[in-house]
Amino acid sequence: MPLAVQKIENGTVVDHISAGAGSRVLQLLSSHHPISKMAALIMNAPSRKYHLKDIVKIEGVFLDEKAVNRIALLAPNATLNIIRGGKLVDKHHVKAPPAIMGIIKCPNPKCVTNTERTETAFLQSKGGETLRCRHCERLFKPDELA
Amino acid sequence: MRDLISIRDLEKKDVDSFLSEAAKMEKLVGKPQKTLAGKLIASMFFEPSTRTNMSFQAAAKRLGAKILTFHSSTSSAVKGENLADTIRMMDGYADAIVLRHPMEGAARFAADLAACPVINAGDGGNQHPTQTLIDLYTIKKLKGKIGGLDITLLGDLKHARSMRSLLYGLAMYGAEVTLVSPPALRMDEDILKEVKAKFGAKPAQAAEAKLKGCDVLYVCRIQKERFSDSYEAERMQREFRVDMEMLKDADSKLAILHPLPKVDEIPPEVDADPRAKYFEQAKNGVPVRMAVLKKCILS
Repeated sequence: MPLAVQKIENGTVVDHISAGAGSRVLQLLSSHHPISKMAALIMNAPSRKYHLKDIVKIEGVFLDEKAVNRIALLAPNATLNIIRGGKLVDKHHVKAPPAIMGIIKCPNPKCVTNTERTETAFLQSKGGETLRCRHCERLFKPDELA
Repeated sequence: MRDLISIRDLEKKDVDSFLSEAAKMEKLVGKPQKTLAGKLIASMFFEPSTRTNMSFQAAAKRLGAKILTFHSSTSSAVKGENLADTIRMMDGYADAIVLRHPMEGAARFAADLAACPVINAGDGGNQHPTQTLIDLYTIKKLKGKIGGLDITLLGDLKHARSMRSLLYGLAMYGAEVTLVSPPALRMDEDILKEVKAKFGAKPAQAAEAKLKGCDVLYVCRIQKERFSDSYEAERMQREFRVDMEMLKDADSKLAILHPLPKVDEIPPEVDADPRAKYFEQAKNGVPVRMAVLKKCILS
């Protein structure tokens, strides 16, 4: 029997998250936008394209650019659905920008950005499989940075 | 060229330009120069150094510049002053900054802050671009070319920043590189993928060095300070050392290079072998760094 989850009136649905990554997406979103209204995490939902997927629904939250960029790192296939008045008003795929500035801490403890006050910058490789810290030049996989 | 931060920032034509300028500089060593007369160069070493520090100072003085020497142990860094403030202050005093710092990315960070040129003299385990230029200059001077040479890199290829940068530089010129190291100290896959994608290079991996036909054997020490088990480090060092027995099979044309300091990986009896070129390599540090200072400060 299919699981019924209530529709949201005004807010965001993050769809097509790789199965298993949904809880991290929800955690990431809550660190950007305090969640004071209804939020749902649906895990292992059937997907024609990906076989299984996770979905996050949040009432009353519209994501800013920083949050979208971080979701793109964690869930590169995700789709954002913007709901207003109970209707879908916008739908688009997330896409990480060629350079991600300022929003991510470098995981390398020896990177100068962890001891000095400066904006971090990560540059994406051609295929988007890795990102290189502009300062310490280490390579990271997107989910290591999300 | 204003700053010199990373070998990755350079294209082959930039490296060629440094190498040809260094060849010109070598002819000028010993003859008083006024190329950088009136310039002040801040030498900021937050970590110990013998060759890099001394050869930068020698290079600056050979070109007529004066040196402002910064000692981190007697500076306000010990009071907790951050690197940003120290760099801003030095930027106001000097015409160029030569920086060695333990944090990776420190030189890039300093270059973003300073109006004057910043030259990276080593930033933690990340980059040491002037060492790579010295290595390439030495190989080209000894062999007349870099591309097509049979070059073996031997030792701790995982931790030595000079080896990663050198592989990048050798791949740029199309050298045939073989990597020899203990399995735990192999070069990171990332750099192997990078040189393959950028230059089509496919470095071979081997368990032991085969010196027959080899043009250059580049050795680096096992970095014992990176091991929690010093016995294990010493065991690896014993296995990966270059001695006269090993050199028995090598050609007379072989050149043995080492970024120095060497510890146990090359015993002193090898120093007298005509194939040992590492002191000549260290000497090349002066003309190469003269070229770097001139190009960064005057262009």
